[in-house]
This record gives sequence, C-alpha cells and structure tokens, in this order.
Amino acid sequence: MSELILENEAARSASSSRPVRLCSRADLVAGSGIVAWHEGHQIALFYLPCRPGAADGADEPEIYALDNRDPFSGANVIGRGIVGDLKGELVVASPIYKQHFRLTDGQCLEDATRRLRTWSVGWDGDNVVLHIPVGADS
Amino acid sequence: MTFEADTPTPPRKPRLIVIGNGMVGHYCLEQLVERQAHQHYAITVFGEERHRAYDRVHLSDYFTGSDADALALGEADFCARHGIDLRLGEAVSAIDRESRLVVTERGGHAFDQLILATGSCPFVPPIPGNDRPNCFVYRTLDDLDAIRAAAETASSGVVVGGGLLGLEAANALRGLNLDTAVVEFAPRLMPMQVDTEGGDLLREKIEQLGVQVLTGRATQRIEDGQDHQHRMVFQDEKVWETDLIVFSAGIRPQDRLARDCGLEIGERGGVVVDDNCRTSDPNILAIGEVALWQDSIFGLVGPGYQMAKAAVDTLVEGELTFQGADMSTKLKLLGVDVGSIGDAHGDRTPGARMYRYLDQIKQEYRKLVVSSDGKKLVGAMLVGDNSYYDTLLQYYSNGLELPKDPAALILPSTEGAPTLGADALPETATICSCHNVSKGAVCQAVEAGCTDLGTLKADTKASTGCGGCTALLKQVFEHELESRGVEVDRSLCEHFAYTRQELYGLIRVEGIQSFEALHARHGKGRMGCDICKPAVASILASCWNAPITNPSLVPLQDTNDTFMANMQKNGTYSVVPRIPGGEITPDKLIAIGAVAKKYDLYTKITGGQRIDLFGAQLHELPDIWSELIAAGFETGHAYGKSTRTVKSCVGNTWCRYGVQDSVAMALTIENRYKGLRSPHKLKFAVSGCTRECAEAQSKDVGVIATEHGWNLYVCGNGGMRPRHAELFATDLDDTELLRIIDRLLMFYIRTADRLQRTSVWRENLEGGLDYLKAVILEDSLGLGDELEAQMQHVVDQYECEWAGALKDPEKLKRFRTFVNDKRSDPDIIAVSERDQPRPARPEEIAALAVEVTS
Repeated sequence: MSELILENEAARSASSSRPVRLCSRADLVAGSGIVAWHEGHQIALFYLPCRPGAADGADEPEIYALDNRDPFSGANVIGRGIVGDLKGELVVASPIYKQHFRLTDGQCLEDATRRLRTWSVGWDGDNVVLHIPVGADS
Repeated sequence: MTFEADTPTPPRKPRLIVIGNGMVGHYCLEQLVERQAHQHYAITVFGEERHRAYDRVHLSDYFTGSDADALALGEADFCARHGIDLRLGEAVSAIDRESRLVVTERGGHAFDQLILATGSCPFVPPIPGNDRPNCFVYRTLDDLDAIRAAAETASSGVVVGGGLLGLEAANALRGLNLDTAVVEFAPRLMPMQVDTEGGDLLREKIEQLGVQVLTGRATQRIEDGQDHQHRMVFQDEKVWETDLIVFSAGIRPQDRLARDCGLEIGERGGVVVDDNCRTSDPNILAIGEVALWQDSIFGLVGPGYQMAKAAVDTLVEGELTFQGADMSTKLKLLGVDVGSIGDAHGDRTPGARMYRYLDQIKQEYRKLVVSSDGKKLVGAMLVGDNSYYDTLLQYYSNGLELPKDPAALILPSTEGAPTLGADALPETATICSCHNVSKGAVCQAVEAGCTDLGTLKADTKASTGCGGCTALLKQVFEHELESRGVEVDRSLCEHFAYTRQELYGLIRVEGIQSFEALHARHGKGRMGCDICKPAVASILASCWNAPITNPSLVPLQDTNDTFMANMQKNGTYSVVPRIPGGEITPDKLIAIGAVAKKYDLYTKITGGQRIDLFGAQLHELPDIWSELIAAGFETGHAYGKSTRTVKSCVGNTWCRYGVQDSVAMALTIENRYKGLRSPHKLKFAVSGCTRECAEAQSKDVGVIATEHGWNLYVCGNGGMRPRHAELFATDLDDTELLRIIDRLLMFYIRTADRLQRTSVWRENLEGGLDYLKAVILEDSLGLGDELEAQMQHVVDQYECEWAGALKDPEKLKRFRTFVNDKRSDPDIIAVSERDQPRPARPEEIAALAVEVTS
C-alpha cells in the first residue's frame, strides 16, 4: 500500500500524463463529495466551487480525489463524509468513526500511520479528468 | 457442625430487634448493613403496617400516579439479601425489660439490643365527634386508601390543621377533586414557619388555588350536617359543612411502648435519649420522631437519619454522636414556595434585628433575622420564591459574615436572587446537602484533574440528589477551574466562539437562513467542520424547518441526514418507515415485507414499535422509498436528531384496564412532532393506564392516562444512563397536554447543548424541575406564546423529506454509488444467517476470495 502511494506521488509530478474523463461538473455536489469508478478503483471527489475571501486569487474551483475506502472500518464511504477545515487544513471526516483525512494528501490527522491514496484530478472544460501518468497501469 | 432440631443454636449471635419500619427505621437497617453490623447481630424488624418502608415525605404522590411500589424505599429484597428478618403487619404490644422480650400477637421475641423507631402518630384533637365515619388522619398508605375510597362519594373535604402536613393533605384532597377547606386553630397558616405577614400572603396564594382557609377557628364539636355528612361547629357557634374530615393537627411521638415499660419520657412525650441515642435503659436506643433529645423532637427526616447513623455507630462502638440538627426547610406546598431557616421568628436570639421585604403584587415575602451586631444571619423566612434560600442557608450554616447591606440578600434584583460568590465559601461549606459534599471535596476533585461538570457529579455524587445545588455546584466548579488557570471554553468548535444556545439566539434573532450567512457574520476559518455544520443544520431546521435536501443545506448534514437513512458498519443503509404509534394495517405490513423481499433486506422490529430494513445500498434508496411511499408510508426520521417514535399500548379500545385511548393520543403526538429536529433524538410514549405498558417513564416525553385526562412525565431516558422521567403536570386535557409539550420541546431546543438529551439537559438546568415548571407551566419568562408559535411554524412546514426528494431529479443525483457507473459496490458482500442476509465478516470475505481465485 505505502509503495503504491509513493509511486503515485512520484507519478503526479511526472510531466507526461494521459487524461481520463471521470464525470461532468454537474455530477458533483458543491461543498461535498461523490464517488467515481475507475478501473476497479473507487475515487471520492470533493468539489469546493469557490473560496470566499481568498487572497491568492484562486478562482479556479477546487477538486480533490481520495480513495473512497475508510481504512478504519473497511467500508467504502469516504465520499459521503462532511468536508471542512481544521486548523487551516481542508479535511473530510469519515462518516463511520469520524477520523479526519487531509484533502490535499490523504493523511489521517488522528493516526499518523494511516493515509488515503490520492489522485491528480483537474478540469477539461466542464469535465472532471483524472491524470494518469503515462506508462502507469492505473 | 450440625444441630439437633430442638436445640437452639448454641454460638448464637447477639439479637437486635428494631421496632418500626418507617423511613428512619429503614435507613437504620441500611446503616447496619453498611457498617457490617448485620454480620454481628441477628436482626429482626417489626413493622406495624403491611407495607414495607416507603417515602412518607412524598405521600401525596400516591394520589398523582405513584403506587405503593414507586414510593417504597430500597430494593424489595433488601432484608432477605442481608439476612434480616422483616416482619410486616406484626405490631409490638409490649416490651418486657426484665426478661428482655418484645411481645407481639405471635409471642415473645428475645433481644439483646433494641432500637425504637416507632415514629409518631397524628394528633387528633379531642373534639366530640372526631370518631365519626369519614373522619381520617393522614399518615399511612392505608389512610390514603381509605380517604380515596371515601372521596368517591364525597364532594367536599376539610383538613383540620394548617401546618406543613395539613397543607400537604389539603393538596391531596384537592387532587381528589373535592372542594377543600383548611381549618387552623392559630390565627395564620403554618404558624411554626411563618409570621403574620408571611401567613397572610400564604393564605392569599392558597385561596387563589380554590382552597378555603379558615384561621383562628377552634372546632367545638362535629355533628350531623344538613347538606353534607358532617357539620363542624366552631367556638363562635359558626358552622361549616363537609363530607369528609382529615385531622392533621401536628404529630405526637408514638412512645406508648416505652412509657409502659418505664423508660424515661419527656414532659410532653418522647423517649429521652442521650447523644448516643441511648434511652434510660442502656440496651434500648431510640431514633427518629419518637426520640426526645435535649427536650426537642425532630419532625424532619434528615435529623432522623442522623440519629439512625449515631445509633448504629453506638452499636458498633464508634464515636459518632447526635449533636442536634438544623431544622431549616424549603418546601413547595400547594405549589407555593415556603422556606424557613434557623431562628426565623427571631424569638430565640436575644437582640436579634430584622429586615423584611413584602411585595403584595407578586406575592412574595422575605425576612432576614440578623445578630444584634448585624454581622451574622441567625434566621430567615421566605414565602413565594425559594430561589433566595440556598444563598441564605450558606450564610446561616457556615456562619459567614454578612455583606455591608444585608437587605440586598432579600431585595429583588433584575438578575433574580443574588448568589454568594464561590470564593466567599469556606472549604467546609456544604454544597450538596443530600450527599453531604463540601466545597473542599469539589476542590479536591478539581485538583485531581476533573475538568468536566458531568464527571464531577459522577465522582462526588454532588447535585445528584434533589438537584437544588446545581447552580451553586457549577459556580464553585467553574470558579475553581478558573482560579487554577484552566480556561472554561464553551465554544462549539474552532469556527464559532459561541455555545449552541448562543448560536440559536443569533440565528433566531437575525433571521439567518444559511450556514454561509452565519459563518460570514459570526464564524472563523474557511468553511466549518463536522461539529459545527450538523449543529447549525439542526438549529436551522428547528427554527425554519426548510427541507434538509435543499442544496445549501446538503453539505452540512451527516451522511444519515444527507441520504435520509442510517449508515451501517459496511456502508449500507437501514430504512425505517414511520409507523405512528406502532399501529399498522395488514396491507402496510405486507408492503414492507414485499419491499424487504425484493431488495433482499434484513428486517428487524425496533424498540420503538416499527420495522427496520437493513442492507440497502445508496442507489437503491430512491427505488425503495418510491415503493414505500406508494404504499402510504412516510419517512421515519430514524436517521435524524429529531422526533423518533411515539410508543403506545393498545389503550381502552381493547384493554380491560385502559382508561383513555392511548393509541389515538400517540398518533396525535407523532403526527404533530414528526420532522421536528432537535439537539438530540426525541422519544415519546403514551400509556393507557398506570400499568404503564408503553414504558413512558423512560422517555423524553411520557404520557400516562388517568381517569381525568393525562399525566405528563418529562426528561426520562433509557440507554446508557437510564433516568426516570419526572412527573410534570397532572390530569391534563388533550389541548393542555399538547400546549405544554410544544413549550417544553421548544424550550429544550432553544437552550440545550449540542447532542444533549433532555435528561442531561434537565439535570444541568439551573433551578431544576421547579424552574422548568415555572417556565413552562406558569410562563415565568413570558415565553409561552412565542414557543407555541415557533412550534406551530415547524408543524406547518412539515413535509415528508423522502416524498420531496423523489420529486426532484436534482436532489436524486447524489443517490448513486458511482456517478459514472451503474454497478453496486463490489465490496459489499452478504451471507445468509437464520434465513436473512447479513454483512459478511472479514474472515468470510477472505474465504470467499480464496474460493473465487482457486
């Protein structure tokens, strides 16, 4: 598992990737999550359309992709958690036992040994696309 | 070692006999057990009544819903469990000190030590005719049974005696729907506790309740009446007719046994005891209302308990002695507060001076009696408002120096009764008198690291008795925390520096409709969290009741509220259609069965009389609900912090014992409050008679039918920390019942903390049950109309959330397991057990995977 994550982190910074369409903007739920299927993976997508009072001019709507599986319960439910911010970091709370996971890198705030896999996602017009590193299997 | 049947046990334990199984007698047994004396003594108890010890202080509850069992003290098998031989209904006729025998109708019983706990008997004035039929005393459950039986054919009743017990009896007669009058010999009511001004005020208040008060009347004789059974003739030959008479003109020590066997008796009765509670015979002790200590009889249960403790200590050769007791009391008689502290009349303290405050409009009277130098409080008297009592008692019992202007202690202030600063109390000050917890004990608990009021209560037991000290305890606790540099942070979370109550106020007052608006105006951070979002969503729903599926509300909800179903451990949901009052037609039962079968759901009957369907996947929920709604069901809100169920028994429609239609009332209640969101879940029940088959006394709101209407119980709980609901109002008609529930629930919603059940809310409520009654029943805050209007708004806004969601494709789009694929979650695997599906366990999933791959 941890190896996989490392590979993926490395892959994210790779310059060449192939975009795969997951869904449209209309499938997303503002301020919350939904789940997409991609080749056996369940990917939770969290959509934060605007950032009120953002000073850095970030007007691009934010989207984050995390593994849908909650490591504490083993259930595929992360996409149904409440999104929020704790001490300045964006998080999602697992709906089962309420642990918090950082949206940016999947790190669990309550347990340093738990971290959700993340994917690189972005926009292609009104489509949400997954960036798969070229040469990677998935 | 074996014994022959006819030989007495040779190495016998010394024999201890206790005569009397009243409150003090029972407490004495508990003390004997606690001190292990039951191992050392063979204990026999004789009780004259057929009932085991019961709570005589709350005797009048017997007429308002409590039966003999509810009033009984301790566990039914207490004596049997501890090897104590309890003989009820066996009166002692004599004590033979010479041969150390106690004589009953069944023979003699030898003793080595004897405790007299015979209590007192009501004093019946020697009036000719006092033994006529339908003349009673008010002391035992049997007395009450007799009064109740007589009341069935009577329309009016008189209580002779206007003291504490007399007014209790008057309340009971009023509860039996008799036209009630009180006849008092003294020129005022409660002459022991209050003075002329206090007595006048008390009279006024009691007359407003429809009880006639005749003071300064000495009854000369009782004879046949014209319109009623009796005619009472007074000293001035004026007369009063009535059907039923209760004598409650004080008590006399029941000292006949002691008198007959030659023990020393006081001039006006009572068995003389020393500090060890020993009588003039060192092997005989006396406790409670029969005992005379330093020429005083103590007619309260508290001093009786202290005597019992001292007597047991004497038997086990300890050093505890009885040193007298404070007779300060606060009471609610016929709903009127009366308080008396120390030398309330100021006639026992030379040079005493007084402050008095009288408000004839609000009908309140308060008096302070201070020492001649004006520095110490020696007594106080309260009529109409006992909220001043706790602080005054602290000044009195701890001998604290009075403030510069003592009058401030009894003058009304805009913030209610003044309270004594926590730091002014010495370490020895008693905070909780029920469990005898001192300020020092609270400080020790804080020193040991306690930072939470709930834990403090659990650890010290403080404020878990009558609850009268809740406010003081909280104040001392927070003061101690703050003095140790612990900041008492009441913020909801890092996004809002407000409590839930404060947020409720902001939302209500500013008319805020969305989380974003509240956050922008009063919040911090970027977007909130899983604490504040659902809390605010709940407040918004309680205030405005907009559909929780509205786009701006969706991101706030827990997954259960978002998907309107209950998430289970494997990520599937359970579905609970509403079955109001647990009443369901065969067709609807079949419909539920058909849905469960079609979607392969595990079904189970819940504790709230409905049916839970488990194992639905996210994308199946809309289809399941379309079918349930087509069959006539509505959402059951099992997923929300909201009204859950109204459990009911079958009521007088079918039941032989039912006195009201409990099912119809349950339906009315459930249909009124369904969809109401609150700080935590709400459970209700309605029972059709006092047999209480619906278990209403374990619910947030419990309703029990009476012959005249409904009794309302509030703030009960089952679950992890069970709590009996408390009787709140009696004999209500349907309209009154709903109005009171409206007010109560809205007041709870307004003032409770996040995820605080009504039981905990009630325990933490400053002022306790009396305060809650004042707010809800007497509208002391003037909020009644507002609370009712707010509830009506919520009721009017109700719509079935599932029906609404199914009409709106936009709202349904989220009910997809995967937005880009039709498949189910492949990791959800069920196996069959007892002919139903259940989630596979991890080892079963592993085994299945092996099968597939091998």
